[in-house]
Order: sequence, then C-alpha cells, then structure tokens
Amino acid sequence: MAQTQSGAGGLQSLPALLHRNATQFGDAPAYREKEFGIWQSWTWAETAKEIEALALGLINLGVNEGDFVAIIGRNRPYLYWSMVAVQSVGAVPVPVYQDAVAEEMAYVLGHCGARFVIASDQEQVDKVIEVQDELHQLEHVLYLDPRGLRKYDHHTLHQYSHVQDQGRAARDEWITDLQDRQAKLTYESTCVMLYTSGTTGKPKGVVLSNRNVIESAKNSADFDHLTRGENILSYLPMAWVGDFIFSIGQAYWCGFCVNCPESQDTMMTDLREIGPTYFFAPPRVFETQLTNVMIRMEDAGALKRRMFHHFLGHAKKVGGDILDGNPVGFMDRLKYQLGNLLVYGPLKDTLGYSRIRVGYTAGEAIGPEIFDFYRSLGINLKQLYGQTEATVFITVQPDGEVRADTVGVPAPDVEIRIDDKGEIHYRSPGVFVEYYKNPESTASTKDAEGWVATGDAGFIEEGSGHLRIIDRAKDVGKMANGSMFAPKYVENKLKFYPDILEVVLFGNGKDRCAAFINIDLTAVGNWAERNNIAYASYQELAGHPKVLASIQSHVEEVNRSVAADEMLSGCQVHRFVVLHKELDADDGEITRTRKVRRGFVEDKYDDIITALYDGSDTISTTTEVTYEDGRKGSISATLNIVDAAVVPVAQHKVAAE
Amino acid sequence: MLDASEGYVTEDGRKIGGVVMEMKNITLRFGGVVAIKDISFDIREGEIRAIIGPNGAGKSSMLNVISGFYVPQEGEVWFRGAKRPQMRPYEVARQGIARTFQNIALFEGMSVLDNVMTGRLNYMKTNIFQQALWMGKAEREETENREMVEKVIDFLEIQHIRKTPVARLPYGLKKRVELARALAAEPKLLLLDEPMAGMNVEEKEDMSRFILDVNDEFGTTIALIEHDMGVVMDLSDRVVVMDYGKKIGDGTPDEVRNNQEVIDAYLGVSHD
Repeated sequence: MAQTQSGAGGLQSLPALLHRNATQFGDAPAYREKEFGIWQSWTWAETAKEIEALALGLINLGVNEGDFVAIIGRNRPYLYWSMVAVQSVGAVPVPVYQDAVAEEMAYVLGHCGARFVIASDQEQVDKVIEVQDELHQLEHVLYLDPRGLRKYDHHTLHQYSHVQDQGRAARDEWITDLQDRQAKLTYESTCVMLYTSGTTGKPKGVVLSNRNVIESAKNSADFDHLTRGENILSYLPMAWVGDFIFSIGQAYWCGFCVNCPESQDTMMTDLREIGPTYFFAPPRVFETQLTNVMIRMEDAGALKRRMFHHFLGHAKKVGGDILDGNPVGFMDRLKYQLGNLLVYGPLKDTLGYSRIRVGYTAGEAIGPEIFDFYRSLGINLKQLYGQTEATVFITVQPDGEVRADTVGVPAPDVEIRIDDKGEIHYRSPGVFVEYYKNPESTASTKDAEGWVATGDAGFIEEGSGHLRIIDRAKDVGKMANGSMFAPKYVENKLKFYPDILEVVLFGNGKDRCAAFINIDLTAVGNWAERNNIAYASYQELAGHPKVLASIQSHVEEVNRSVAADEMLSGCQVHRFVVLHKELDADDGEITRTRKVRRGFVEDKYDDIITALYDGSDTISTTTEVTYEDGRKGSISATLNIVDAAVVPVAQHKVAAE
Repeated sequence: MLDASEGYVTEDGRKIGGVVMEMKNITLRFGGVVAIKDISFDIREGEIRAIIGPNGAGKSSMLNVISGFYVPQEGEVWFRGAKRPQMRPYEVARQGIARTFQNIALFEGMSVLDNVMTGRLNYMKTNIFQQALWMGKAEREETENREMVEKVIDFLEIQHIRKTPVARLPYGLKKRVELARALAAEPKLLLLDEPMAGMNVEEKEDMSRFILDVNDEFGTTIALIEHDMGVVMDLSDRVVVMDYGKKIGDGTPDEVRNNQEVIDAYLGVSHD
C-alpha cells in the first residue's frame, strides 16, 4: 500500500491543514451560509480565528484530551468549526443525527461517554436535557441559537459565542496549551467517531484516524482533480461519513468552499444560487427533482412542451456519448448544441447544475432512466460505492466509464477481493481503526491483515473490471425450490417508478414472493389532483382502488422483466399490499439513512405477512406509530391484498447444481 | 389615578412590569346594540394577556377599541400613562401597537417579503420621489428595514417562502406571515385576533411557541383573543373573560378556570 509514513507533507491533522490554508490562501472563502437572506462568508483566515477562539474556550471549560464531544445540528459553519476545534484540543468529535429521537441520542451519548455536547438550538438542547439523567458523564452543553433558551438554568448550559468570547479573553492563559495539544496530533490520532445507523442492532461507533480521513480525501480529490476553486453545498446529515469527507476532509485538503443552506426547506433555492461545481446527493434528490421538472412541464405551454420533449429525446440519443467523449456525428453535435441553448442550459440553470464538474450519487441504487437523464443533459453524474468503515471510498466510476448498473473500479489505493460466498472485501488506507468499545464486532468485520468484509454480495465484471453489487450478503437467500432470492434487485426495479417510495420483498425459504409497497405521497398526490380523486389522508390514498390498480400494473411489468433474468426469475411478486403508513426511521423500520430493517419489519407486520401467504383478500391491522416528539400512538386499517400476474417460468435446471 | 403598582412575577419567573394600557369603563354601541358594556381592565408591560369568551361576546370589538379602529361612546383608553385622544388607526400604529386579523388581511398578490416590508411603513422617512429615484437615503433606509424584516423572517422560520406570493400559501403559513408583518413594526403592544383559528394541532403548537418566543425574545407585550381554551390557559399570564359584552371574570388562568360565572358562560346554565 502506498502510504506515506510522514503523512501528506507533514500535514497529519485537520488543524494542520487549517493552518496551511489560512496561511497560504487566507483570503479565499472557506465557508458561506445564507442567513437573513444574504450569503454570509468567512475566509480561511477568519475561520482559523473562529476555530481558535472556540478551541481556547473549550479548554477553558475543561475539555481534556481524549474526551468525546457530541455535535448535534443541521449543517452550519459553526458546527463544522466545532469539529475542528474539538480536534485541535485533542478531543474527539462525535456528530449525531439531528433528527434522532431522545432515546437514540441517549444511547450514542452514553456509549461514547460524551462530557460535552454542542447543539444547534432549543430543540436539540431539550432532547439532551430529557435524557440527561441517564448520562452520568455529561457535564456541559453548548448551544448556537439562544432563542427560547433564555430561561433555562445556565450553570451547565453555555452559548457558543460566549464560549468563544471567554476563549478570546483567556487566550494568553491557554494558547500554549492549545499549541502543545495540536502538536501532539499525528496520523494515528483519532479524527472523528461516526455512528453507523445499522440495519440490525444498536449503532456502532466507527473510529476514524487522521490517516483514514486525510488519505481518503487526498486520493479521491486527485481522482476527480478537485481544486481550491470548487464550491459544494453541504446539506446532508453531518453525522454521515459522506458529509464528513466532502465538507471537512476534502474541503480542508483541497481548500475549497463549503456552502450551508439557510434552512432545510430552502435547499433547492440555495442550490441554484450557489451553483456547486462538485455535488453529492442520494438518488432520492435526483428523483424528486426529475419528478418536479416533469410535473411542471405538464403545465407549460404546448410549444415549450414539444420543444422540451423533442430535445430531450435527442439528448437521450447522443448526450451520454458526448459526455463520455465517444464519437458523435457533426449534425448530431450541432443539434445538441442548439438543444443546450434552448432546453438543457436553462433546465440545468433552474436545477442549479450549470456549473457541476463532478456529481456523485450513492447510498442506494439509482434508476437507470434517472441516471441517464442527468447524464444526457451533460451533467457528469457518477456513482460510487462505499461505507463508513472505508471512510467512504471503495469503488468509484472514472470519467468516461460511467454506467448505471455498476459502481465503478476500485478507488485509488483500494484493493478488492470477492470471497467464495460472493461477499466483497476491501483493504485501503481508509479502513477504520475499530468499533469503539466493541472488539468482537471489530474482529468479525476486519481481519488481521486489514481486510474488511462489506456484508454486500457482488462480482467483478469481466472485461471492464467494474464492480457490480447484487444485494446485502445476508439478505440473499434461497427460495423453497432452491432458486436464488435477492430482494434488493426486485425492490429497486419497483422503486424506479416515481409513485413507489419503498418496497420490502419477502420470500426467503418460501415458495413464492410477496411484497410491501409504500406509495410516494408527492407523486401519487399530484396524480390524484390531476385525476380529480379526493382523499383525506395518506391511508385513504394508499388504499384507493385506482392507486392499487396502477401499482398492480407496475408490479406486473416488473414481473415480466424479472422473469427474463434466468437466475432471479423466482423472485416475481405474486401478491402485494400497499401499506397504510410510510416506513419511518422514528418507528425503527428504516435507518436514518433510509435503509429498510428487514428483520424488524418482518416482526412488526407479522400479521400482514401471514395474510399475504394464506390467500386472504383483506387484513385488518393496528400499527403503533411514533410521532416526531417521541410520543406514541396507533393507527388501524383494513388493507386490500392484491394478486399480481406472474410469468410462468420453466423449472430451474440450475437449482440442482 | 393610574395604578402604578410595580407588577408581579409569573409562575415561570418572568417579571411583569407596570400598566401599559388601561381600559376604563368602556362602552361601545352599534345603534341599539351594546357590544361592550362598561368594561375595565389593564394590560401590563411584558405580559401575555388573553381576552376570551363565547361567540358574540364582544372580544373582537374590544380588540378594535384597543387598536383605535372603533371609538367607544363612553370610557377612556389610557396608553403609557396618558389618556389617548381619539385617533385614527395609523396614529395608533405609530404609538407602537400592531395587530393581526382574524380573517387574514394580507396583500394576496404580493410576496411574503413585500408583505412583511409593509410592516416597516412607519419607519420609512423618505418620500415617494426619493424612493422612485432610488436616492442614497432611500436606499440606505430600504437596507435597514430589510435587515429588520430578515430578522423577523428568520425568527418565524419562513425563509423558504420569502419570495412566494401569499395567495399560494396554506392557511397556517399565512397566519404566520401576518404575525411577521406585525412584528416587523417592532410593536410595544402586539394584538392577535384569534391567531390559532382554523389551525390543526401541529400548526397551533408552532404558533404557540412563536408567541411565547416573541414575548420572551423581544419582551413584547401581547394581548390576544382566542377560542381554544387549552391554548389560552397555557399561554397567557392573565385572562379577561367576556360574555354578552360584559366582563365576567379577570385573573390568572387558574382563577378564571374556577370562576363559577365563567363555567356557566362556557358550559351553559339552565334559565329556569
């Protein structure tokens, strides 16, 4: 492995990188945040000062080396500074998902034994106070936004800016301590601890060292030729490894500017105003945008609509090839240029993608149509495959070799091997140090030579060398007749329909497959509006006969396409039910990163699954739901079970192998 | 003459100051109909004061008297230690009283931002020509006012609809925009006419929080009319209860809750 023992030119920690940026290009913008309707900005030199003041304030408050400091809130420059300030005093930042309910927060804070919490506002402070009694180590809470907090007991509660003020005032006392602590940071020091949301069991604390973060940031930045000139929009959860690498790792390594939206609801407007050059989004964001574009085009005038569809058709034909640098005829190129002037350009501008050089999507499979749509417009959208334990990068798609059905080639310095069971293993400088306080899990995931099991099944495609993912290894099973059961494959096909939000397929060990389906309220609601279908609630819309009929047609279409695949033809959906509620992370049905927790769903909806297999037409059920504030309630519903036509398949000969 | 006592301390520890506004023996008639009959009460600095009562009790009329929209036939309105002469509503607004309306009175075709900017009208000193020509002073003034408006927008969390025409907004958000416009005037006394009417539970909770935050953050004195008893009892420091134009109760929520006359008015009493 190509590891430099001395670190990347002596820059072995984020505070060191910060120092480099502040001295080499101190006047360049480091952070922007829209507040009070204006983009406020901070240069690298200003950032260094802010971070220093906070770090001094933290020492003044009693933060020791090795302490854990939890950071909770939406993406704001102040919280990004907190991470680096915490590191520079030798403590470990632990970003926590801001939408976590109090109990989840209690687990994470208790597990790492955080002595300090830096929270964004009253909502987060309230959650911490709610669970404070369970947390013996917790001493001080810092908050950013004082609104509503005036009347709270301030013995252990401090306003962020006051801590900075105290730090500035105490600069003479503590500055040498701060410098000493920073000097002690090496490539092996812990950079950050991130909790994985985990589809099974409790979250695990993944410890990442400076080596992990800086090497990964360096390699990936080289791979995509990222420079100081990039602008990114940081809107994904700060507790997610991806955001940490993009908004901190790469931003500090390259020295580019991190832009924070005004609020969660203004993300799309802010995206357009910033026009990022480097962008990362889960498939969901791209799907929503495409759906919105299509809905709005239906309301446009006839001329515009025809022009839109005509040029989009042309883009579909040649756009991808032009982007990949493949030969395309002169006339086609000319027409594409015209389309760019009339349609693609304005459309990209509306979406905020005019300046994108590199865009990534990951986390879930993206629908090929959606993927190709963006690429045909000339947006260099690519896929990558990664996980927290790898500090994101396992495989990435190089420019010119981008396809919807693979996740690319091994990232720089990453080695990959597939074991005899089909599970993907990797080894890289990004491989995590350990799971905090969990040596058993560490040992079962990472072997002595540093190889990490991903838990995903996949194979390397012959010829291209690209990796293709089949499914989570533990989800791949066998059906009663011995044929392969790979739920993700079918679920993704279904999820590519805009009106289907989530699918859970059952059938492991059974003779046929059945599915739970969640409708997408935005798409189906819009459809209902256009077709004059009245509905009062999600539940009513989900049970509407016309909705069921349209979902049924999608299922049957997917069945036909699944039947064509020899290996997986057994996975056709025989019966399905459209659920009366959305699967929700607050109920524990999906993770905070929107991955279905199969085991949990199976247990919780046991009665519905039974009904799917015993042939009944309806099932009455009562389901417990958790509201955003943690209170519980329940909803009852009678659900219709729908039979879907399947394509008969010749009995497998392969099954006997 | 004026009650100059120092005020009191609320249950949650807020200090309530002296009397800001005092209504003395107000009687309001519309022809032969007596809408308000000899009512007196006061509003103190920094408190949240509610006026409640069944339909047709005269609550909105009372608020209109406070805001100067109606002129009572009898009685006096004292504001900040002086008897208020007969005034036009805009003069009252200049004194530092702002309000919202029961049936939303926003400019539907204008954006949220522009609507809230109208709340700053009393702070604009330049004339129409200076503004039309965008002279230095007008520009500076616009910037200052916009800064204040943006603070209010941030405070009420309506950044995402800043540029949206009001007509396109759902009801709950329109109510919030109205509150924003009233706040933009930096009022000393804020009058809210049924701020929660027609809202769902979640919207009510949001609105309650905003009302408390306004009071807490800016120290604004708030007088509100509300139907929803639960909300009133949670929010307010003192409550005036009206029925058929008369005052039948006045005190803390607990006192009012246990007042027999109030219970009768709300639950009905047999007239035998």
